[in-house]
Amino acid sequence: MATHVLTPATTAYRSGLYEWLTTTDHKKIGIMYVINSFLFFLIGGFFALGVRAELAQPGLQIFKDEHVYNEFFSIHATVMIFLFIIPMLAGLGNYIVPLQIGAPDMAFPRINALSFWMLPMGGILLLAGFLASGGAAAAGWTSYPPLSEVGPTKSPGSGQDLWILSIILIGTSSILGSINFLVTIFKMRAPGMTLFRMPIMVWTMLVTSVLVLMATPVITSALVMLFIDRNLGGTFFDPFHGGNAVLYQNVFWFYSHPAVYVMVLPAMGIVSEVLPVFSRKPLFGYKAFIFATAGIGALGFSVWAHHMFTTGQVFLPFFSLMTFLIAVPTGVKMFNWCFTMFRGKLTLSTPMIFAIGFLTMFLIGGINGAFSAAVPVDFALHDTYWVVAHLHYVLFGGSVFGVFAGLYYWFPKMTGRLLNEGLGKLHFVLMIVGFNLTFFPMHILGLEGMPRRIADYASDAGWNDLNLAASIGGFIIGISILPFIWNVFISLRTGAIAGDDPWEGNTLEWATSSPPPPYNFDRLPEIRSERPVFDARHPHLRHKPGELADEMGPA
Amino acid sequence: MTSDVATLGHEETGIAGRPVVVQEGHISRGISNPILGMLLFITSEVMFFSGLFAAYFSTRAQNAANGGWPPKAFEHTLNPLSLILVATVILITSSFTCQFAVWSIRRGDRTGFIRNISITFVLGIAFLVLQAYDYSLLFGEGMTMGSGPFGTTYFTLTGFHGAHVFGGVLMLGVILYRGMAGQFSAKHHDAIEAVSLYWHFVDVVWIILFTVLYLL
Repeated sequence: MATHVLTPATTAYRSGLYEWLTTTDHKKIGIMYVINSFLFFLIGGFFALGVRAELAQPGLQIFKDEHVYNEFFSIHATVMIFLFIIPMLAGLGNYIVPLQIGAPDMAFPRINALSFWMLPMGGILLLAGFLASGGAAAAGWTSYPPLSEVGPTKSPGSGQDLWILSIILIGTSSILGSINFLVTIFKMRAPGMTLFRMPIMVWTMLVTSVLVLMATPVITSALVMLFIDRNLGGTFFDPFHGGNAVLYQNVFWFYSHPAVYVMVLPAMGIVSEVLPVFSRKPLFGYKAFIFATAGIGALGFSVWAHHMFTTGQVFLPFFSLMTFLIAVPTGVKMFNWCFTMFRGKLTLSTPMIFAIGFLTMFLIGGINGAFSAAVPVDFALHDTYWVVAHLHYVLFGGSVFGVFAGLYYWFPKMTGRLLNEGLGKLHFVLMIVGFNLTFFPMHILGLEGMPRRIADYASDAGWNDLNLAASIGGFIIGISILPFIWNVFISLRTGAIAGDDPWEGNTLEWATSSPPPPYNFDRLPEIRSERPVFDARHPHLRHKPGELADEMGPA
Repeated sequence: MTSDVATLGHEETGIAGRPVVVQEGHISRGISNPILGMLLFITSEVMFFSGLFAAYFSTRAQNAANGGWPPKAFEHTLNPLSLILVATVILITSSFTCQFAVWSIRRGDRTGFIRNISITFVLGIAFLVLQAYDYSLLFGEGMTMGSGPFGTTYFTLTGFHGAHVFGGVLMLGVILYRGMAGQFSAKHHDAIEAVSLYWHFVDVVWIILFTVLYLL
């Protein structure tokens, strides 16, 4: 055994800003992902409040014309999807996955840094559209041609081109990130960490990465073709010259439906980490959950055309049936979560109440989604506010509540300090009240036929009160973020010291210090189940080798 | 050591006297990280080209139904027995020489590696030059990106393939340079294996493109 001490020529870390700008440490990169994504959440929220302020009353009050409104809802959705939810979850995964599998870092640390730095660049490109002549992209986040290509309604000028380049750049970042996650998960697991001992968060990141890897290049191809049509004289989507506008929708949704699962599966992973810890029980049906996750991922590639029922160019029975089928693995997960809490010893800390918020809101989003899977119902509700309600219950009620559950849960690990519980609960109450006040009325507006993506509506259509309620709710959501920001601000200075394992967690990130050292682990506990830290804390409960018939999957 | 912590390897004293557990379980088995990474990257590239091919077939089917594929004006342009056949032979040959280079370095034969990878590099550049010349001929005959769906799909597909060949040539240049600097051996040459996989992928895409555009 070597006993001499090597004196390093330079210290391991350079100080301050330089270290952060040049780091390849997955933890620092993960934190930068989270901060960057949160800033874009605020920017996207600003655009959302602009939209809700305009819609509070009939008539145009805020914006000088409808075009500015179009820019606002287009950039709102683009920022929230591509620059907030997807990178926020990727960032949490970046921080947590290597820790949870007992690895010292991601497989390709420098590519990891590259993936991160593409995101702010993509965001700047996107927002630079507001400086371009003709303004930013205004054809919706879907940018369907002909709206995005030709004619009097063409999303004008270079703003749309900047949008295309920005999404291609962010997509490339996602693809590189997914390769990194897959190689890390397959090749860097600690001894004993078999696939069926991996934490659920790691499993969901694995399936998410497969979706990103297989789907994101396809939207890149759609955007490339759109770019060629707009700038190089191409005619892919131009029906007047032998092209086909619906072709874009097919290629676009081949990515963008799996992207829905990219946005929700890691949030499901976070919730599946939080619920067992705060119920003092193992996750109910660990393997069933994994197979359900894989099932959602696989089915996710066969349902894209349910966004296109009304085009009349897709085979309705197939896509309707496949869409209903997705409810099955999702339902399995609801049972996993409910029975994890059933007869558990619940502690209603902030991460837990956000996780429960996820369950309830996502349930509503799942149910109203199943309605829309029925073809006749979809024909009636397509492009109404019903769809806006549905997607926000899934992506806000689901993903965003999951993200905040994760932030409250892992903040002590990232910083060494606990967030304030009272402010956290205030955040939750304001957010869930504001959220439901905003989006529940949209169901009714949709059933009454109010179309989405309009800046104005008739004052005698009977939509005034519900729109006002939704706008008030929107601003309550905006206010709910303030206690969170204040909470982070004061907790970093005066928060209670967390210690290594403030929640009595199950997974390996709680076996190292808070925050972890650059190399993550001095020692790893023995890994004999999917809850190695629980086993280490309760050695008398640990199975001896060979004692369990099914070593691979203790439930 | 407490009873609930198992050491996974032998301890050494690392930087600043911190104990470092050398995790013997991390000794990699099977496929190496860079090669797995490259295979996954190629998977994503396959999906990218799938999107473009899907657009091509959809556009072609739609226009063929109207009797417009290939359009009368450009019927003679995509003749397989022309310059493009030479380019195809060149690219397929380069895949072979690339594989010879891989086999050379696996044997530890650095000279053979450098010779074969140099030939591959030159063949790759030759393909690009021929493609550029072919484009100039097509432009001369009035076929451009704006010549309806026929021109749009042709130049998009072959253009993106050409861009990938260009990327592959850059990679070949890097491993050629590194090979001449003596950075590879029979044991350590993951970069070569990864680049060769990419080069074969580019070659396969061209074979499919040639078949679909010129023969079918």
